[in-house]
Amino acid sequence: MEYVVEMNNITKIFGNFKALDDVTFKVRKGEVHALLGENGAGKSTLMSILFGLYQAEKGSIRINEKPVKINNPNDASSLKIGMVHQHFKLVHNFTVLESIILGRETVKMGVIKKDEARKKVIELSERYKLRIDPDAYISDITVGMQQRVEILKMLYSDSEILIFDEPTAVLTPQEIEELMKIMKELVKEGKSIIFISHKLNEIKAVADRCTVLRKGKYIGTVDVETTSKEQMSEMMVGRKISFNIEKKDIKTGEAVLEVENLTIKAKNSKKNMVNNVSFAVKGGEILCIAGIDGNGQSELVYGITGLMPIQEGRVLIKGKDITRESVRKKSLDGMSHIPEDRHKHGLVLDFNLQQNAVLQTYFEPRFQNKGFIKFNAVAEYARKLIKQYDIRSPRDEDSIVRNMSGGNQQKLIVARELDRDPDIVIAVQPTRGLDIGATEYIHKQLVAQRDQGKAVLLVSLELDEVMDISDRILVIYEGEIVGDLNPKEITVEELGLYMAGSKRSGGYEN
Amino acid sequence: MRTKLFQYEGITSFLSSLSAIAAGLLVGLIILLVSNSQDAFPAFVMILKGGFEDGSRGLAQVIYFAIPIIMTGLSVGFAFKTGLFNIGASGQFKMGAFVAIYIGIKWSFVPEEIHWLVALLGAMVAGAVWGSVPGILNAFFNVNVVITSIMMNYIGMYLVNMAIVKTVYDSLKNQTKPVLKSAVLPKAGMDKLFNTSNVSIGIFIVIIAVIAIYIILHKTTFGYELKACGSNREASRYAGINEKKSIILSMVIAGALSGLGGGLLYLSGSGKYIHVLDELAPEGFSGISVALLGMSHPIGIFLAGLFIAHLEVGGFNIQLYNFVPEIIDMIISVIIYCGAFALLFKQIISRFVTKPVIDTDTSGIEPAMISQANDTSDMGGAEDKRGHGEDKI
Repeated sequence: MEYVVEMNNITKIFGNFKALDDVTFKVRKGEVHALLGENGAGKSTLMSILFGLYQAEKGSIRINEKPVKINNPNDASSLKIGMVHQHFKLVHNFTVLESIILGRETVKMGVIKKDEARKKVIELSERYKLRIDPDAYISDITVGMQQRVEILKMLYSDSEILIFDEPTAVLTPQEIEELMKIMKELVKEGKSIIFISHKLNEIKAVADRCTVLRKGKYIGTVDVETTSKEQMSEMMVGRKISFNIEKKDIKTGEAVLEVENLTIKAKNSKKNMVNNVSFAVKGGEILCIAGIDGNGQSELVYGITGLMPIQEGRVLIKGKDITRESVRKKSLDGMSHIPEDRHKHGLVLDFNLQQNAVLQTYFEPRFQNKGFIKFNAVAEYARKLIKQYDIRSPRDEDSIVRNMSGGNQQKLIVARELDRDPDIVIAVQPTRGLDIGATEYIHKQLVAQRDQGKAVLLVSLELDEVMDISDRILVIYEGEIVGDLNPKEITVEELGLYMAGSKRSGGYEN
Repeated sequence: MRTKLFQYEGITSFLSSLSAIAAGLLVGLIILLVSNSQDAFPAFVMILKGGFEDGSRGLAQVIYFAIPIIMTGLSVGFAFKTGLFNIGASGQFKMGAFVAIYIGIKWSFVPEEIHWLVALLGAMVAGAVWGSVPGILNAFFNVNVVITSIMMNYIGMYLVNMAIVKTVYDSLKNQTKPVLKSAVLPKAGMDKLFNTSNVSIGIFIVIIAVIAIYIILHKTTFGYELKACGSNREASRYAGINEKKSIILSMVIAGALSGLGGGLLYLSGSGKYIHVLDELAPEGFSGISVALLGMSHPIGIFLAGLFIAHLEVGGFNIQLYNFVPEIIDMIISVIIYCGAFALLFKQIISRFVTKPVIDTDTSGIEPAMISQANDTSDMGGAEDKRGHGEDKI
């Protein structure tokens, strides 16, 4: 069997941390080869070595059966290796055509030969069924389209080995389906694809074979067809994972958080990011706001939590109007907020774990006396959280938070927010960037809150998350609620249509 | 044991400051050699000896030089902990100095025993007011503190010049009149101890200020709020900390410290007067050096202030060998340049001496370096750093 990529016995060491330990990875010509692993398993490090961003300490690379040395991304390009990064690297005020030829412009006397480029781009897009408008501006096209531009960019430079780094993270279900089709098309044309992911459904749908990494070690390569999702996830995590989260059957209580006719303007423009939105979250329910990123869900949460001014409308907790209260007052009134961006809002990264553990409670009598911090009490409290929520860090309560892993940073925030015994928990993308183990843990914690009769408002872009743990789904599209759905009654595809704005439930009522 | 010692962050900070100092002195030696190779080495020794040259009088001179720059250093360092770069220490210093002199001359109605104290308090208030303006502008209108405090330096300088001419002007010498005897800082036996009149209880006031700032920053909830704001303003807002109040108070306190520095210098009874010149008070800028060298830590600032004063005395002394004292300014500048690389030094030191602490048993832990290259890399981290970097510089 012919291999286009062979990475043999790769070892990569950072400091005294073995990011990759004797990993072997082989891709056959014309296949979609999935690379599966949790965060920190070494997927990206391995690909960075293939792409020339890092050099391995040990091991060899062969491309098309020839031993090669890849010292930088240019070497990779000349070996016809292309990569679609997770965060697209596009210039927003360029047209699609300009973006595709960027870095590979053919010039005549210093003038770009655009017509020639346009011909080639149109040819490529027809051949691989990647419909695009070469003259549209990047800023005007959807994320799915931007991804196509990235793919075309690889094809334009004649890449034969295409690396997709978690390409579906930002797409709607429909766009994901499209992408899968495109990938199959590419393979049919003889390209080889490396597909980095931790989503088993997608791997099942599109990949031929799958290599699993765990904590920098090679676990195995399997045929996707004959391996079940459960088997793959067990290889990835090293233990059995339950995909179904058990929820108690409980009656929902009174409305805890009520939002009435909320309107919020964008920071520097007149556009309404949130437009006349009303809903209520009851005790004992997880209400999920689903939607594609940028449809006003962030602003909605900022408005409710007091981080952004509200133009119109009211926010009530247990019937009490808190619209104009300070953030501190809202938190004392029983509102907890697991923020979207844990580095920007959730944590002071240069503080240590214990200082972060009391970020909203440091002024309470249990932690201070006449303005002097009770260091022992703070440390003790941090140790309690560490134990109770299984937060792991290099130096326990003295760890600088910046040096903790993303999953444990998030656990710390969750611990802090839930331990305050809130009435309403507002969690925004609480599992973003986390591996399966940590995701499962945080889902369980949120469900536990609900089972105790607390209200949970979950904002999520992950459809699986939305479908798995919510009791009710509101779909937000361009700042408006366009659907009030029951997760038991609808399908993922239907939900996707609502999120893309092509479907709307008629009489939405609160 | 050795590794344990170096894991302590304070030690690595200290070591990196030491490396910066060594680099600065080396450059100083080169300059000495270039300008006059014969006398370079004795002059260099003299610089190193600094305040130890002239017995207790030399030490007194070091303390006299150190007092104002430790105060402005505290001012800059304290604001820096709140994420604000207080370049306005110079203006705050000058305002404090003027008000101290004004009260020292005009307020003869104050009881003699507390006249100096009232003058110092006046200096603090003046500095605080001057510091509060950039603070308020930043808190409410998000105007960069660097820009406003630079402007406030010039406004302060011209305003003081104008006010001196109108009130306490000695037109013959183009400077302020001497303050009343009751407004001169008490000597408290220091003059006998050091056998010179330059010293007073000023050094004790500085020590009290250092301790007070240390306690505020490290022991109180107020300091916690300030540091949280300085480190991540968005997160402080999220946590319900009143970040506007923190910013303003931080600048007020920073201003008061600089103002007090001005009062302490001009009330020390050493024959120092404000000259009516279009010149910013250099003590304010030395404060930036002191704060940088002291890593914005109160104790570090105290030591850095003494050290720079020590070099300045040495620089004064090398005039014996026909060197210009400005060489000292160059040495100090190089130290500060290297101090700016302190982080780099810090990394190098910790790389050589310690291994990162990684517990291989616990899963889910990875060093920061790795997590940056992670699959789902959290871009927030990088953005975050950029975010408040804007405000610091």
